[in-house]
Amino acid sequence: MSTDTTPPPVRESHARAWEGTGWGFAVKLVLMAVVNALGIYVAWSAWDVEQWGVLVGSLALVVVADVVYFSRRPLAGKYIYPGLVFLLVFQVFTMAYTVYVATTNYGTGHNSTQEQAVDALLIQNERPVEGAPTYPLTIVRSGDEVGFAVVDDAGQALVGTAEEPMAPADGATTEADRVTAVPDHDVVDLATLLADPALQEEVLALRVPVSEDADDGSYRTREGTRATVYASSLEWDESARTMTDTTTGTVYSADDGSGRFVAQDGSALTVGWRVGVGLDNFTKAFTNPNYAGPFWKITAWTFAFAFLTVASSFLLGLAIALLFDDKRLRGRRVMRTLFILPYAFPAFLSALLWRGMLNSNPEYGIVNSLFFLGARIEWLTDPWLAKLAILGVNLWLTFPYFFLVCTGAMQSLPGELEEAARIDGASRWRHFRAIQLPLLLISTTPLLIASFAFNFNNFVIVYMLTGGGPRFTDTSAPLGHTDILITMIYQISGVQGGSADYGLASALSIIVFLVVGAVSAFAFRRTRKLEEVL
Amino acid sequence: MRKTTLSVAAVATMALLAACSGGTEPEPAASTAAAESSAPAASGSIVVWVDENRQPAVEAAAESFTAETGVEVETVVKNFEDIRADFLAQVPTGEGPDITIGAHDWLGALIVNGVVDTIDLGGRESEFEDVAIEAMTYDGQLYGLPYALESVALVRNTALAPDPVPDTFDEMIAAAKKTDAKLPFVINTAGADGDAYTYYAFQTSFGAPVFVQNEDGSYTTEVGMGGDEGYAYADWLAEHGQGGDGTLSTDWTYDIANQEFADGNSPYTVAGPWAISAFTDAGIDVAVDPVPSAGGETAAPFVGVQGFYLSAQSENKLVATQFLTNYITTDEAMQALYDADPRIPAFSSTAEAVSTDPVVAGFLAAAQQGAPMPSIPEMGDVWEHWNAAEASIISGAAKPKAAWDKMLTDLDATLNG
Repeated sequence: MSTDTTPPPVRESHARAWEGTGWGFAVKLVLMAVVNALGIYVAWSAWDVEQWGVLVGSLALVVVADVVYFSRRPLAGKYIYPGLVFLLVFQVFTMAYTVYVATTNYGTGHNSTQEQAVDALLIQNERPVEGAPTYPLTIVRSGDEVGFAVVDDAGQALVGTAEEPMAPADGATTEADRVTAVPDHDVVDLATLLADPALQEEVLALRVPVSEDADDGSYRTREGTRATVYASSLEWDESARTMTDTTTGTVYSADDGSGRFVAQDGSALTVGWRVGVGLDNFTKAFTNPNYAGPFWKITAWTFAFAFLTVASSFLLGLAIALLFDDKRLRGRRVMRTLFILPYAFPAFLSALLWRGMLNSNPEYGIVNSLFFLGARIEWLTDPWLAKLAILGVNLWLTFPYFFLVCTGAMQSLPGELEEAARIDGASRWRHFRAIQLPLLLISTTPLLIASFAFNFNNFVIVYMLTGGGPRFTDTSAPLGHTDILITMIYQISGVQGGSADYGLASALSIIVFLVVGAVSAFAFRRTRKLEEVL
Repeated sequence: MRKTTLSVAAVATMALLAACSGGTEPEPAASTAAAESSAPAASGSIVVWVDENRQPAVEAAAESFTAETGVEVETVVKNFEDIRADFLAQVPTGEGPDITIGAHDWLGALIVNGVVDTIDLGGRESEFEDVAIEAMTYDGQLYGLPYALESVALVRNTALAPDPVPDTFDEMIAAAKKTDAKLPFVINTAGADGDAYTYYAFQTSFGAPVFVQNEDGSYTTEVGMGGDEGYAYADWLAEHGQGGDGTLSTDWTYDIANQEFADGNSPYTVAGPWAISAFTDAGIDVAVDPVPSAGGETAAPFVGVQGFYLSAQSENKLVATQFLTNYITTDEAMQALYDADPRIPAFSSTAEAVSTDPVVAGFLAAAQQGAPMPSIPEMGDVWEHWNAAEASIISGAAKPKAAWDKMLTDLDATLNG
């Protein structure tokens, strides 16, 4: 209506139009200060724990944020930057880390770095000498040197340091069984010790030899007030990277291929470390006889499970939606609400309840007692029935979703189409097949694909209903007939206890990701074709 | 103008930086506070992972520690189920605690992953129940400070079976059949999954322990369930299973078994202390005794031990060890732990003190003749095979000898690669 042809004023970025002060800028400054503070705090914490990757990453993100928001040029960057950060932190990093883990031997026995493995092995192989008594200990210091003072069984005060083995100390005073003063030494009391972390480390690391003979062991303390004679059976040679068992003389050298200390005869020390193993985990999934057989069976069942669940629940949902679309039906609202109910319960709770209801003893299992005349049907222990049970329960859980979706989609279809079809003399079935269904499929196919992807990884229903059981009888792997890939990964990862293999689990989860991605991409292309046809 | 912006930002950042650095280094603040309270000046603090139930008890023990030494004890509340995995993952990164609460059967995994340190009780081992020290010992080294233990025992409905429990399983079933109870005996079978844990006392009464035991009671990694003793136990399962006289059933889950007992449908069950409140709440008077023998030898149930572990990467080991060995191992701290989380105390004097409760005394007696659960890292997989074998025998789906042999083969594959 208006004849005003002057163009609307171009709104400029405030960065460009900024004239010094203003609320907008103040708010921005505060927000950026918070962002900077957060980033620098993360970087600081990363510095503390020596995580250089996180340090560099968070600093880079902060710098880029400052550049983007304080410079005048990159306007688009101001909008996509937050999204990009979240993408990087939550998606790209997770994926990159999964790929990294998949190429290592991370798992039970390979949990950390070589340095920590050495620490742990030395700890585990230094033990109190059998029958050695525990002495009340006094920590003494002479200059920079820290030493131990104890009273031996004969009531004599002994003093020693790392270099000087324990020897009688002349002129030391003792009280009860504890040394209270030594000439030329300062006595360190417990309070001083507990207040000084550097001294604590020194005291913990201190080994005072019992005698010149190293085989006699050495005094050490764990908490500052008692000393016991310990002997170590492993020696670490850092330059040669070998561990030597001093009792047997066996030399274990570090093997970077397997991440363990291995001896000539092939025996290895218990604690290993993480090393890269390339694509070993990927080949293991297909070639290890324990996993290869079950892997293919489980893959097949995973596809069948996801496909059958989507197909059956879509068809049932559609059928009920069609039924309740008929305006002649009475009490439609109430019935619709009732049908949606299963959707309202948390899936894991429903699955647990169904597990109880499917108990084969009709006395405990309501399904057998109500619907099968009290017959004994092994729902959860027969391989085929267990599969049927999973499909059935999942159908019960999923069809309301498709019922809702189909009802909504049908109500959005224009009524004229049905009228036109009627006038052209189409039967109801013909109308459904040629008009309703294709139109419905356009809007529901993306949901079907999403549902397929979801069920492909539907951990909850399998874990809660059958736990993967009944078990395969032809393999030693703890896997069963109703396990799907994601529950198989869970079993292998060892999170629930038992020995873990995170590397293999990560490799498998990458394979699952590729499969789901490929299936989804393929299905979406088909959907686009469907739209082109119409 | 742009320069001003940047310098303002820089100043703000520096200020925040300064504030942050102040926050991460509590040293000055702590020492001032300590000086004021005239307690010995100490720096830093130790971090203890603990679950919600036991947090108050650990805090109570920490109170006197802090008062006497000035070292703060920071308790971090975590879900007990998450602690094992988190400890394994976080200790190597330096983010783990100095001390964590945990179960003894994690030990094998903690050791081969190199995240746990040894503990030196300085000769005070004898103040604990033997089985608790045994459980926390691995390859001759003590790795944890035990504080509580638990095991299953025979629970009797005193209204149905007023007489003291018979010595053998067969006598018990005979006595039960004289009552008009629906079932002579119920036990958790975990449905079709099987539950070797609850059944273990019967198995040991056949002389078939899960692993061959050394003279001191510790386990070797050699499977001990093979041979005639193991087959005898498998036959016993089949004889009383659903294909046999039906005394045992895979229809029973934990809930069903407890419900049957709580409904007064059975005079006897094998259960742990965790199930007792469900029975007493249902109005059942219970008595607790050791599990009767089924195979002639002593029925030794599995004993699970709870305790404290010291991180191998702790930077405050001396202080943490001081806390554990001198402040947790006192009657007061142990009693507080018992009050917070009533399991059978592993500290003998506390155990004695709480044994005035006949139920606790019954479980203690059962635990004293028990054996610690094995703690090798592969135990999770061992359970899987073992449970499945027992369930298939009880349900009658498999022949006892065949199922037992399959299990032994699977265990061999698991344990020897």
